[in-house]
Amino acid sequence: MPKAKMPRKSTHVDMTAMCDVAFLLLTFFILATKIKPTEPVEVRTPASTSTTPIPDDFMLLTVSKEGRVFFSIDNLNVREQIINEISSSKGLNLNEKQIQAFKEGGSIGVPFNMLPSYLALPFPDRAKYDKTAPGIPTDTTASFDSNELAYWIRTTRLSNPNLRIAIKADGEAAYPHVQKIIATLGHQQVFRFNFITEGKGVPKGSALEQELSAGKTQQ
Amino acid sequence: MAEMEVKGGKGSPRVDLTPMVDLGFLLITFFMFTTTMSKPKAMQIQMPFKDDKMEEKDKSKVKESTAMTILLSKDHRVYYYYGMGTDPTNPPKLEVTGFKDQGGIRDAIIAKKKEVQSLVASGALAPDDKITIMIKPAENSTTDDLIDVLDEMTINAVPIYAVVDITPVDLEFIEATENANGE
Repeated sequence: MPKAKMPRKSTHVDMTAMCDVAFLLLTFFILATKIKPTEPVEVRTPASTSTTPIPDDFMLLTVSKEGRVFFSIDNLNVREQIINEISSSKGLNLNEKQIQAFKEGGSIGVPFNMLPSYLALPFPDRAKYDKTAPGIPTDTTASFDSNELAYWIRTTRLSNPNLRIAIKADGEAAYPHVQKIIATLGHQQVFRFNFITEGKGVPKGSALEQELSAGKTQQ
Repeated sequence: MAEMEVKGGKGSPRVDLTPMVDLGFLLITFFMFTTTMSKPKAMQIQMPFKDDKMEEKDKSKVKESTAMTILLSKDHRVYYYYGMGTDPTNPPKLEVTGFKDQGGIRDAIIAKKKEVQSLVASGALAPDDKITIMIKPAENSTTDDLIDVLDEMTINAVPIYAVVDITPVDLEFIEATENANGE
């Protein structure tokens, strides 16, 4: 019997295709990654059944457990406009470096009079300081129109009136802290805003479940 | 002049791509872990429109029989009563409950919804009358409570609800109930 001759195969595998796939995926993940914005304080958001994703362009009001309020906004153009406006109207005389620091920095949680010294700190020190920052004053004793949070919100809305407002409040924050923000917003005729929440399952047999299965969109 | 010389045609032009693939997958893994895929959700709320210049006739009126009031208090406790509690001669009966899947505030809301529906069916209420819930968080309640109760509104498809400031009368109701329960 003649022996069947097995052709000797090279063990070398062509890696080109695999390499292509790897880099395709890599490109996808690089583009899909949105670097998590640095949070000034750790916030455990409450859970809700809402499935609406957060709006794309919004200003974020973070409320810590103790009720300290931080203001932040992602849009860089708006950031620049706000800081220039606030610098001139509040007489802070911020220099180029401090304005740059505001533009690149995350949340602001200090009153106006501390803003220049806060922005003069290098970035890591600012992040460290945020842990103990006093937060933006939301005092309601005088007037909602004159408190500093209202000023931030009004200035931001002047540069972009369509900006949505999202409140990221810690679940353990006492209601009065949130109420102050709601009242501040109310005095600026803002009655519709978002609370950022964690997802939660829809309870069985509830009216919401029936609505969802009937195909109605959740409000 | 030094001349570049290609020696023979035998040298394979193939490059070993294995390290490159390794690097590629390493980076993929890194980006996969850092990517936050689950975007946080947002719950939209609409506060009652408030304007100091609003005239009395433009304010919406709530019928006593469609109303339900929910008071949020300490330790995630929820007090509720049917009606608005505005009649001082006939104080409402406060019930204390909590956020539970069974026997909590949800059952009370469902019961009230059924009651309003049957009142509408019997003709005691106009066909467009709907259950109206007023949420009054006390100062010792937390954001969790507020979000939970707003979520109950969505879960139970409550058509009209509003977050309003708690009144001193309501606080007295809570205190009276606490005293009655031996606290």
